[in-house]
Amino acid sequence: MAEMRTETMTVNMGPQHPSTHGVLRLILELDGETIKSARPTIGYLHTGIEKTAEQKKWQQVIPLVERMDYLGAQSNSLAYVLSVEKLLGLEMPERVQDIRVLLAELQRLASHLVWLGTHAMEIGAVSMLFYALRERELLMNINELVAGFRFFPSYFRVGGLRDDLPRGFHEAVTAFLDRFPAKLDEYEGLLTKNDMFRRRTEGVGVITQEDAFAWGLVGPVSRAAGSDYDVRKYFPYLTYANYDFEVSTAKEGDVFARYRTRIREMRESWKICSQAITRISPTGAWACDDTRVVPPPKDKVYTEMEALIQHFLIYSQGFTVPAGESYVPIEGPRGEHGVYIVSDGTNRPWRVKMRPPSFMAIQALPKIIEGGMIADVIAVIGSTDVVMGDCDR
Amino acid sequence: MAHEHTHDHTHDHAHEHGLDPDLPLLTTTVEKLVNWARKSAIWPAQFGLACCAIEMMAMAASRYDIARFGAEVFRGSPRQSDLMIVAGRLSRKMAPAMRRVYDQMPEPKWVISMGACASVGGVFDNYAIVQGVDQVVPVDVYVPGCPPRPESLIYGIVQLQQKIARSRI
Repeated sequence: MAEMRTETMTVNMGPQHPSTHGVLRLILELDGETIKSARPTIGYLHTGIEKTAEQKKWQQVIPLVERMDYLGAQSNSLAYVLSVEKLLGLEMPERVQDIRVLLAELQRLASHLVWLGTHAMEIGAVSMLFYALRERELLMNINELVAGFRFFPSYFRVGGLRDDLPRGFHEAVTAFLDRFPAKLDEYEGLLTKNDMFRRRTEGVGVITQEDAFAWGLVGPVSRAAGSDYDVRKYFPYLTYANYDFEVSTAKEGDVFARYRTRIREMRESWKICSQAITRISPTGAWACDDTRVVPPPKDKVYTEMEALIQHFLIYSQGFTVPAGESYVPIEGPRGEHGVYIVSDGTNRPWRVKMRPPSFMAIQALPKIIEGGMIADVIAVIGSTDVVMGDCDR
Repeated sequence: MAHEHTHDHTHDHAHEHGLDPDLPLLTTTVEKLVNWARKSAIWPAQFGLACCAIEMMAMAASRYDIARFGAEVFRGSPRQSDLMIVAGRLSRKMAPAMRRVYDQMPEPKWVISMGACASVGGVFDNYAIVQGVDQVVPVDVYVPGCPPRPESLIYGIVQLQQKIARSRI
């Protein structure tokens, strides 16, 4: 009997593919339906944000970094703002910190809702997208209320917030929080006990905790593999130390464990938001009192010469930041999101460098999918929740 | 009276051509019929690049529901689509791939440039981003915003429908 000759097949997946979360490109080497090797190619969404930031004044960088990880926009700006404030040595009033906690957690919910909708849709539960985006629209309404912009509010500023909370903010947030737990149960009813969903996700794309750490996957992916590392607990920033919440973990390290970790994380975020909204008074301090950074109130600008000059300085040449460097990590929706900045003492950053969780997730993708089936690639990419804007910048 | 007269005339006309006078008839031109069919069932390609793609998804989802305008069938393959919504910033590395997707779409095809980055480069006036996708593919409708609200994109699609209705075949 003649020996059968077999050879592997190379399949190019992306950069234009409906389920690669934007423009990720994977070059897969297949033996039948088994993946022998996978090579991710990135850079299809390279935007030059870090370089562009060097030409902007400190405050003008905020809209740029929000467009990086566009699902967790306010987490980006929070990390950047905290990093600059660390160099400036600013202390924020507690109310500002509580508002930042609240908005960062609402942002995490919005990001996880898009992840839930798209991840389930890609596996085949198409209607999930319509359920998840329905609740996300309420969060977009809150953004719009706060800053007049659905998607990129730019509400966090160096030195505090852009403005005080609008009227009706507490009512909108409370209405959302009252509604949300029942909806979360509804999602779980659709997916957690769904036999088809479980068969597509259980035991698929397993990564151990050691491997997850070795590849830099800190965030929901490593927590689904047994780690309890969460920046909010290990290096508390803002006022997270005052909040009662748990870090959601799982042991299995597969796609389904990542799903359960994120769902539980949404419940914990809900707990934090419920505590935060009771702490925040409807009106009060919305910025620190450092006159270098925060413009004086408008009525003083119209009546006092010094205030007018200060206002003019801040809006024309901006403020300077003392020379030095700082790195502040926060727990973004996708994991540890850090911003490293270097200042040379002028009114523009000398260097802005991000630590993007999606970049780490993509470098670990071959590790997770090699040896698996080609149909599971989509499930794995969805479960790592990569955002190419975050990875390529 | 005038109405009855017209009525009789139509009947005579139908008889002349050997048609049953009771048959319901609608007279139009082939051009109008084809354009009506094309504009009422636009199939967009799933071509999300960046932030705008999320608003494009929101437009297709529960609240905005583009199905009301007949453009909800998002296709994974460019071979099955006739509209490309360029949703997001186009990097220089992505430009050849995007042109290829456009070339794979069958005629007739249309392009909506969604958002400031796709239209003119937006805030990213730098080495990495193509300053307007009209350098790569012909654009029919530009939708401003960063990102545009779903309502804006729906308005853009309605504008495109009007453009299709006016076009010559």
